[in-house]
Amino acid sequence: MATHELTGTPGAALDAAVARESAWSGGGSPYAIGSKKLGMWLFIISDAITFSALLIAYSYVRVASNDWPMPFHFWPSIIKTTVMTFVLLTSSVTMVMAVHAGKLERRATAAKWIAATMLGGLTFIVLHALEWRDLIHEGVRLFQSPWGTPLFGAAFFTLTGLHMTHVAIGVVYLGTVATLFARGRLSSEDVEVSGLYWHFVDLVWMFIFPLVYLLSVRMS
Amino acid sequence: MGLLLSILIRIHLIAPQAKIPLLELLSHTGAPGGVMSPEYYLSLLTMHGTIMVFFVLTTAPQSGFGNYFLPIQIGAEDMAFPRLNMLSFWVTLAGLVVLLAAFFIPDGPPISGWTAYPPLSAVGGASGPGEAVGQNLWIISIAIFCLASMLGALNFIATTLDLRARGLSLGRLPLTCWAWFITAILALLSFAVLLAAGALLLLDRVGGTSFFVPGGLIVSDKIIHHSGGSPLLWQHLFWFFGHPEVYIAILPGMGVTSHILSTFSRKPIFGYKAMVGAMATIGCLGFVVWGHHMFVSGMSPYSAFAFSVLTMAIAVPSAIKTFNWLGTIVGGKLRFPTAMLFALGFVSLFVTGGLSGIFLGQPPVDIYFHDTYFVLAHFHMIMGVAAIFGIFGGTYFWFPKMFGRMLNETLGKIHFWVTFVGVYAIFMPMHFLGLEGHPRRYSELSGFEFLKPLMGVHTFISHAAFVTGAIQLVFIFNLFWSMFKGKKAAENPWEATTLEWTVPSPPPHDNFAGRHPVVLRGAYEFSVPGAAKDYVMQDSPK
Repeated sequence: MATHELTGTPGAALDAAVARESAWSGGGSPYAIGSKKLGMWLFIISDAITFSALLIAYSYVRVASNDWPMPFHFWPSIIKTTVMTFVLLTSSVTMVMAVHAGKLERRATAAKWIAATMLGGLTFIVLHALEWRDLIHEGVRLFQSPWGTPLFGAAFFTLTGLHMTHVAIGVVYLGTVATLFARGRLSSEDVEVSGLYWHFVDLVWMFIFPLVYLLSVRMS
Repeated sequence: MGLLLSILIRIHLIAPQAKIPLLELLSHTGAPGGVMSPEYYLSLLTMHGTIMVFFVLTTAPQSGFGNYFLPIQIGAEDMAFPRLNMLSFWVTLAGLVVLLAAFFIPDGPPISGWTAYPPLSAVGGASGPGEAVGQNLWIISIAIFCLASMLGALNFIATTLDLRARGLSLGRLPLTCWAWFITAILALLSFAVLLAAGALLLLDRVGGTSFFVPGGLIVSDKIIHHSGGSPLLWQHLFWFFGHPEVYIAILPGMGVTSHILSTFSRKPIFGYKAMVGAMATIGCLGFVVWGHHMFVSGMSPYSAFAFSVLTMAIAVPSAIKTFNWLGTIVGGKLRFPTAMLFALGFVSLFVTGGLSGIFLGQPPVDIYFHDTYFVLAHFHMIMGVAAIFGIFGGTYFWFPKMFGRMLNETLGKIHFWVTFVGVYAIFMPMHFLGLEGHPRRYSELSGFEFLKPLMGVHTFISHAAFVTGAIQLVFIFNLFWSMFKGKKAAENPWEATTLEWTVPSPPPHDNFAGRHPVVLRGAYEFSVPGAAKDYVMQDSPK
């Protein structure tokens, strides 16, 4: 590069190099964030693509079927799922509060906000499980559906099941973070990283809710 | 392992009745009396493809060399997440164990090839031996492998971005690091899709869903109780992963080749920025050409046209790379250790394998060539053998650093020349088989009138394969012999410039023994006018 002309002492060359340094010239994170946070962002990108692939597969089989059902009634399905959506979004707000308290090193407060977030997650899981029970009661299975193509059940349970698994893992993850953070064994950045995961799981639901539920409402 | 399977395949093709007692030990039903059944031929072919593509070509250049040399080349103690690294390694191994377990179940390994096309891969035991439990093991193994690859990729990206030594700006990164970095991005994005596809396929098999199974199927006189699905959906998802996968296999080889060519031409790499740009372009285009694997699937000619044009576009960055490699060599003070020979071999194979890709990228031509030996020749040349030449080049180049001893050069050169001539002798004639319309995956050729005149070619290929396979024993012997008896390697035996050559051979556990290197110049400062020697180390102040 342009360092050929440097002929002075090693010190002079170093000084000249340091003078040219920027965020991207090595010696630290160009984004000024820890590797853990970067790692979580990368995981989120990858996981988002897995969900995208499933949503695209769902759209593909849905468009390709000529008897795709529109089974959800405004009451109770849509009202219930709207409540679920509200609960999940609220849990994102409590997570923001937890991250904020964590930044201020109010460890007990942060743990309480995380506990509130976990409660939101658990409520979502319970409501969703009830929703599943109702559908199963109506005869929807992974391999069959009472309203035409069996792929409705397959796509529904696969998508919502994978999302629910993510919520469940999130609740366990948050529980671990809250406990360890309260005991002083984690940093506030760890809380923020777990928050990233939680917001991502919420965001995924914001795609599943319209694509799976709102687009399948029986209008009459 | 993968090589051994290909040798078995080649034996069977020229001598379908050959008795191989070892095979009977492995499977009574697949090879009664040691004679391979047609189904078992497909099992071995599936395992050969799967092991080679996933556990060799994806794993060795990236997870192997990358994990070892990325941290040293960027001046870091270790990868960004050492524990994740270990996890990725053990998870990959678990995936391999699950895959190999398929050999030891009564039905044997699956017969659906490394692409596992449904509906045959989705309907269970009805579609043939190995399609019951074997196919499940295959899917689980690949899903595990996807997880391991994603963890590894995440680690590579974070390491390259965050842990570069002071002064090591992106423009000073060795091209090897760029290649590992871009490969990691491809892996992060593509394995996520294969994971989703694998989950759906497994659900089709064990959960009774019908994502990939259409209605009204009758397989082996059995009615299949599925309906509504689309086998083409699998092809879309699989190839959306599968095409980037090809570049995951070859990009690290491109990085190593660039590195070696520059070092032994004693010249800076020609067009450094163009090389990086070309790799990035190849990576991006890799995500928009999956349709060229599906020209015969009944897609609209307009889609085929679009996929074809995008595929042709890849020829541009590929040609940039090739000409830059040639530009690097021209006028250099060339040295020819074995590593250099393999790098030159890589360029040769990359050109040969790449050119046949231009034929296959044309829908009208591909419709004729699809599922013939021409395709086999193409992808073995480029993503098989070329990538393996990258691995060999890297091994001869870095072995002294890894083990503190030099590999024997005489054995190395014998290994190179026999392998180089051998792979051309194996794969060039396959183009002609393809031109004659010879279908792939036929286990027994004697029953077809139109294939009879081609038996001579098969005999030639098989013998070339036996010789090429056998010479690999020389390589393995060289590895082990040199590890203990080889000439002691100095710190920088090749007079190369990058950071791994500033530390002892082998390097200490934390690479730099607590030192924090500062990088002051680019990675390829060879033959700098006015410098004392014909190379200047990256951390050298003058």
